[in-house]
Amino acid sequence: MSVLAYARQQGRESVAWYGGLGLLAVSVARNLRLPPSYLVIVAREIDIIGVRSLVVAVTAALFTGMVLALQTAVNMARFGAENYVGPVVALSILRELGPVLTAILVGGKVASGITAELGSMKVTEQIDALRAIGVNYVKKLIVPRLLAALIVFPLVTVVADAVGLVGGMLVAVFDRSLDMYLYWNTISYWVVMKDFLSGIGKSVVFGMLVTLIGCYNGLETSGGTEGLGRSTTDTVVQVAMAVIVSDFFLTKLFLLLFW
Amino acid sequence: MIEPLVELRDVHKAFDAKSVLRGVSFALRKGTTLAVMGGSGSGKTVLLRITDGLIRPDAGEVALFGTRIERMREEAMLAIRKRAGFVFQSAALFDSLSVFENVAYPLREHTGMSLGEISDRVHRFLSLVGMPDTDELMPAELSGGMRKRVGIARALVLEPEVVFFDEPTAGLDPTNARLVAELIVTLRAGVCDTAIVVTHDVEFAIMVADQMAILHQGRFADVGTPAEIRASSNPDVRRFLAGDLRED
Repeated sequence: MSVLAYARQQGRESVAWYGGLGLLAVSVARNLRLPPSYLVIVAREIDIIGVRSLVVAVTAALFTGMVLALQTAVNMARFGAENYVGPVVALSILRELGPVLTAILVGGKVASGITAELGSMKVTEQIDALRAIGVNYVKKLIVPRLLAALIVFPLVTVVADAVGLVGGMLVAVFDRSLDMYLYWNTISYWVVMKDFLSGIGKSVVFGMLVTLIGCYNGLETSGGTEGLGRSTTDTVVQVAMAVIVSDFFLTKLFLLLFW
Repeated sequence: MIEPLVELRDVHKAFDAKSVLRGVSFALRKGTTLAVMGGSGSGKTVLLRITDGLIRPDAGEVALFGTRIERMREEAMLAIRKRAGFVFQSAALFDSLSVFENVAYPLREHTGMSLGEISDRVHRFLSLVGMPDTDELMPAELSGGMRKRVGIARALVLEPEVVFFDEPTAGLDPTNARLVAELIVTLRAGVCDTAIVVTHDVEFAIMVADQMAILHQGRFADVGTPAEIRASSNPDVRRFLAGDLRED
């Protein structure tokens, strides 16, 4: 295959993928208001997406806060600004690292799980079986996951933010011998509510993207177990890319709207 | 004249460059079991899925219970599909649910039955397919024949007006294949008297159907009663019955 033909094929596949994802989003939006509500499934998904992902998010946040404080303190000491470790750590975590790292780690885990589950159902015809029974599979399989993600991602991000700040404090106080009250006082002075809310706003969008990608790749799985493996791997990569790329545009948008 | 339960007119379907159906038409009236036969890759399963609205045709008309479904939105089609049962070739049981829960699933989704009523109905249908006392078994613990029978029970539990069977004897040993054939004959006399059975097994088709159609190169080569098909002078039908018909 020539380079041009390969590029054309890749382009076609990309357009089909984005188009399919968009159509799925429209279908989910249309199904949101249709009965039944499947609240029990939403609650179960909150447990799967949120509670069981908490350890990953908290561990990542703790060590991110710690390493951020360490790097910041060492380098800011060169300018005599070591006292401002707190605000730098807080702004980095609240505005960027908290939501982005949570979305990549928890999102990768959650979305690949969703892809594997739906993909397995697809290749074993269980989704067609649902349709043949007269069950709305979008309402039953996708809407509850999306609703759960919209609730859980901001909550997990809040926890990750808090743990990240505590991690930063541990290093600032115990490794760099800074005053704990100074750490928190400088944070409360320099950090405002919209710093926190912009991160939470991002996490809502990330939750939606992550879930839609996981569901779409699962529903599009073909080619048996080999295809299932391919879909799951694709999901992990696409979730990371989607979060990183959309983060830039969300940051720009939030700065335009609220700064 | 009574309106057919299922009607296809000039249905076409292609996957990429491969044309699978090239103008299939038929009407299925109440009380009829149609066996659609043909070799591997002839498009039998595609035809059955189009009939139940699981796949959209590229062209042509599909009517189920008098309603055109070929361009209908998925959400709108659900109410129509509830009136039909579909038995998948692989059985397509929900692998995280027990046998009981698989059969009870359509009742939980579509009826307001109490637990007792659901239990009674599920046990009645599990007994009908020869699977009593298997409530707690998981699909992974079942043989191929048992899975097929649970799949049939699940398709029938809402007492549909028409049932679509996709290769119900594929992959089964002769004993289990005969059991399934006898079950379909029993169903015709009671629970559901209208069905489309997709199969490549001639003896099985003769046993269960009162109309047979041979699908070859995307079209019906011939349609008729089992006796008419056996006596057909159509060369494609002769070759199919002799086991010598190949798809391109």
